[in-house]
Amino acid sequence: MIWQLDLLILTLVVFCGIGAIMIRDLLGAAILFGAYSFMMCLLWAIMGAVDVAFTEASVGAGVSTVFFIAAVYHTTRRTKD
Amino acid sequence: MKTLGLIIVGLVGAVLVSATVNFPPFGDPESPASLHVSPRYLEKTLEETAVPNAVTSVLADYRGFDTMFETTVIFCAGVACFLLLRVPRRRLPRPRQYRHRLTGLTFRIKEGGEVFLPLREFEPVDSIWTPHDFIIEKVCRYLIPFIQLFGLYVIAHGHHSPGGGFQGGVILGASIILLSVSHSLRTALKRMGEKISALFSPVGVFIFAGTGVLCLGLGYRFLDYQALATLLPVGPIMARSYGILLVEVGVGMAVMGTMVWIFKNLASRGRYDEGL
Amino acid sequence: MEEFLSLIIEKYNYWIYITLMMIGLYAMIAKNNLVKKIVGMNIFQTAVILFYVSTGVKKGATIPIIEHGHDVAHQAVRAADYINPLPHVLMLTAIVVSVATLGVALAIAIKVYHRYLSLEEDEILEQIRGL
Repeated sequence: MIWQLDLLILTLVVFCGIGAIMIRDLLGAAILFGAYSFMMCLLWAIMGAVDVAFTEASVGAGVSTVFFIAAVYHTTRRTKD
Repeated sequence: MKTLGLIIVGLVGAVLVSATVNFPPFGDPESPASLHVSPRYLEKTLEETAVPNAVTSVLADYRGFDTMFETTVIFCAGVACFLLLRVPRRRLPRPRQYRHRLTGLTFRIKEGGEVFLPLREFEPVDSIWTPHDFIIEKVCRYLIPFIQLFGLYVIAHGHHSPGGGFQGGVILGASIILLSVSHSLRTALKRMGEKISALFSPVGVFIFAGTGVLCLGLGYRFLDYQALATLLPVGPIMARSYGILLVEVGVGMAVMGTMVWIFKNLASRGRYDEGL
Repeated sequence: MEEFLSLIIEKYNYWIYITLMMIGLYAMIAKNNLVKKIVGMNIFQTAVILFYVSTGVKKGATIPIIEHGHDVAHQAVRAADYINPLPHVLMLTAIVVSVATLGVALAIAIKVYHRYLSLEEDEILEQIRGL
């Protein structure tokens, strides 16, 4: 495990997480959440949890982003905070 | 609410940070989590089940009971989504649109209007948002078979490489979702209808539970795949490997069906006429 | 000072996981929008999963696929050479269950939106009190 890479990706994960809850647009939040999931997948690949990383890459970054976009498509992008 | 939330979150964080002082250092091989049962799994997996990937053998063999109920939870989530959103289809009340396949011209038929179009030359399009991109359609069209092939590989090769029923099922489901996103929901429904996707998830759970019951019927314990050695021309160790494969296929079917099912319900708000 | 530095090096991973968990918890408590709350719930979930997976890490170990093959002589497998597979198994199923529950949560959000024409918590509460 390379700690420099680990620290860099952990920082990116935190920024993506903060961005996903701060942005004033639900579609943007969905996309940032996808980025967050993908960073998380990289983190698990670094830790050696290849099966978990594989699952997260297909589930978190793929399917759950599509679910969010489908929900936003049928509701609204507007958000007050 | 915001300040109260910040105070609560800060308190929880402080408690957890103070608890980390007693944690074993990060990456410690002697940490309690890796001392009790996991060494036994790692040392015996190749001997007992002929599966080198310890994650797959623990998932489907040593802790198969756990995985069976996880699959059931996924099926229940699919049913819950269906019950929340599904409404009976109404008979095209809104103005509808058709596109001429060759020229790309779009026709709009008013509410209550009746017109007979030769359906081979016209295709119905969604009323809200109708982009028609030739490149995206064709590229996805040719990509999807390879994605599905990869999904099957992931399920079948989970014994020797990262992968297994969950990942392969999600990839197979994602290929159908990609078809729906790149073409239209109607195309995806033609390829994999509502009933088929809804049937896939209970059938997958049934394959998993049925394997267990089969072992029970052959005089062994529930989900003890050694029982399959009496049916197959292999020894008890390889029988466990084949039992894991059977179970993974069940998990893959359940996950694929549920993903597609939830997506269809969410994307069309339960009306199954048009959507993402 | 030396002791403190080694404490940071050993534990900074855990602290960042706790930060992530706090972000998710804050979003669940303080955010007004229902979809934002669901995003927060997922961040919380992934932070807990991340913590679980990190307990299985061993320094100097490789991924939990046992080395095998015809040319490798059958020697006893040393557990210290491979990462602990148990947290991976538990969390792998948890991730797939989390996406299924996410679908249910979004279905409820869609239902709420079409009943009250809003995703904001305060507007929904106002309508419920006004009725």
